[in-house]
Amino acid sequence: MAAYDGLFQTLGLSDWCDQNKTDGPMTMAELLAQSGKKSDDTASAEPATSFWDTPFPSLDELNQSCKSIARTRDMTSWVEELFLSVKDTLKFVLDPLTQPLSWALDGSLWLFQALPWFVMIPLLLLVVWAATRSWALIGFVAVSFLFLSFIDHYVPAIQTLSIIFVCTGFCVALGVPIGILMSRSNALQRFAIPVLDMLQTLPTFVYLIPLIFLFSVTESKLYGIAIILYAIVPVIRLTDLGIRLVDRDVIEAADAFGMSTRQKLFGVQIPLALPNIMAGVNQTIMMSLAMVVIASLVSAPGLGVLVLRGIRNLELGVGLVSGLCIVLLAIVLDRVTKASLSRINAAQQH
Amino acid sequence: MTNDPKVSIRGLYKIFGNDPQNALQHVYNGMGKTELLETHGHVLGLQDINVDMQPNEVTVIMGLSGSGKSTLIRHLNRLIEPTAGEVIVDGENVLDYDEAALRQLRQQKMSMVFQKFALLPHRTVLQNAGMSRIVRGEDEETANLAGQKWLDRVGLGGFEGQYPHQLSGGMQQRVGIARALASDSDIMLMDEAFSALDPLIRTDMQDLLLELQQDLHKTIVFITHDLDEALKLADHLVILKDGYVVQQGEPQDILLNPNDPYIEDFVSDINRARVLRVRSVMKPLNGADSFAGVVDANDNLEKLIELSGGDTTYAYKVQQDGQDVGILDMKDLVRALVPAHASESTVTR
Repeated sequence: MAAYDGLFQTLGLSDWCDQNKTDGPMTMAELLAQSGKKSDDTASAEPATSFWDTPFPSLDELNQSCKSIARTRDMTSWVEELFLSVKDTLKFVLDPLTQPLSWALDGSLWLFQALPWFVMIPLLLLVVWAATRSWALIGFVAVSFLFLSFIDHYVPAIQTLSIIFVCTGFCVALGVPIGILMSRSNALQRFAIPVLDMLQTLPTFVYLIPLIFLFSVTESKLYGIAIILYAIVPVIRLTDLGIRLVDRDVIEAADAFGMSTRQKLFGVQIPLALPNIMAGVNQTIMMSLAMVVIASLVSAPGLGVLVLRGIRNLELGVGLVSGLCIVLLAIVLDRVTKASLSRINAAQQH
Repeated sequence: MTNDPKVSIRGLYKIFGNDPQNALQHVYNGMGKTELLETHGHVLGLQDINVDMQPNEVTVIMGLSGSGKSTLIRHLNRLIEPTAGEVIVDGENVLDYDEAALRQLRQQKMSMVFQKFALLPHRTVLQNAGMSRIVRGEDEETANLAGQKWLDRVGLGGFEGQYPHQLSGGMQQRVGIARALASDSDIMLMDEAFSALDPLIRTDMQDLLLELQQDLHKTIVFITHDLDEALKLADHLVILKDGYVVQQGEPQDILLNPNDPYIEDFVSDINRARVLRVRSVMKPLNGADSFAGVVDANDNLEKLIELSGGDTTYAYKVQQDGQDVGILDMKDLVRALVPAHASESTVTR
């Protein structure tokens, strides 16, 4: 006797309820209740549920009164079946599309590790110089990398960095055009903002679950996609914002002198939105770093693997040291991108 | 007017709102601005504008804020689309142009100077000045050459490598003017070009514009809310109020014969002695031959007062290009210094 029996009887739905009675697999609770009943016959006269204890009419609760109503576990398995049924088609489309990501990730990982440390570190310093023109920062980056190498964390650090480089590259290559389109069309913006909100708030682990079904765990694009989905949001948002914030007077002047849409985009809008776009890139880099640690769950190499080892084997020291290395890497990336951002800002203040 | 107007605006209407075409019908049926806003929620921006702009002249469109003057100038190069009417430039209706032809017009025939300068902040002064050439697809060398030439002409030689934010407002607007001139367009649209500048620099810029105009003879459309500026620059003055033309004509004529209380209000604060010219107050030759002296038809009255020492008994012979054209009685001059009222203006005349 369940709480909502009366309801279905008064609605006259009893027939419909019993009509396709399917006894799905028993839940653990049912099993326990059943075995309890056998051992203790006195409890079989169930007392009528008091009004105060009326349960919420959830799927499970309704199912007890009316077997035609699906249980919550049926619903989740439908979601699963739905995903599995579209999986093959999705994989057929996505696999070739995302293959370049795998190549890029593997290629860059190979390259970063193939170059010996005494080539790689100066090369990184050269990049820092090109981006910031600041000796202080170069010094800081040099000391950081020498320290990382000294404590034998050079290889995972360089792997993490390589993944971030590739993923940030893809984020910019995809995010900036999407942001530009969004700034052009209010309809697209209205549609895209909830999607971006969702990508940003969805717990990071949730990205991984469907991706594991779609791609094999051995493929590097698995974690690449997870990182890109998570980290692409700020660059899209800030490109859209930056272009929308470009001084309307300047845009009007560009129109008045007969600039074409393309001239306006590349000659006026993108250059003037660049500070905002770069702020987005900075955020994107920081978010890829956050995700690359979690992505170690699905075989992303790098510092995250060490953190994972720390958790799994309760190796406190390993976990803490690699965590500190991640912080160090984060500071390096943040300072370098911020410095290059302020260089751009200084070049075009109004 | 012997020659055809360079730019001609015919029956131009602009209505802001969701359904301007429907609202236009109400306006055609005689509905006014206030009523249209109250009953239909549409704003009547411009109402039956008809203006001819002669080649090589400065046409000044004057009005207070909200009078629709900035809206009007943006119809000339279609930064704003009209609801009805025609804008004819060199005999062609600009409103029939497709996108490519419109770009062509903006690149070749019309250049524009803006109130807030609207220079590209990430480009140097020289790149800004040569912008119109680059937009047209000319190479950088040609653009820099043109930019350099006009920067020198507006007195900004030596600042080529600077960025706009490093210059003062007046200098930025000189760059704006150089940018417009560098496109070699016949028509120059100036939207409150000097309004954001302080008074002394504004006077400098007005002088610069007049000096440039003496050499270049462009067709200039100048928007301002400042009557002094309008009277100083205008060959043809158009006064806008609430989106319609209150009066248009020769500035001297408007000053002496305002046909609307609104314009009377406007002109009452003007230093008339400085603005009015001898030709506007002189009388025809009447055979008299005793003159206190000879003056030029384009002298202003201030100069005459100085010349006569304030004595109203004098009369002067007026000459233009060496020809005797009239007589100026100092009594007429003094009378002209007092604003005439619209109702009596025909009597004093």
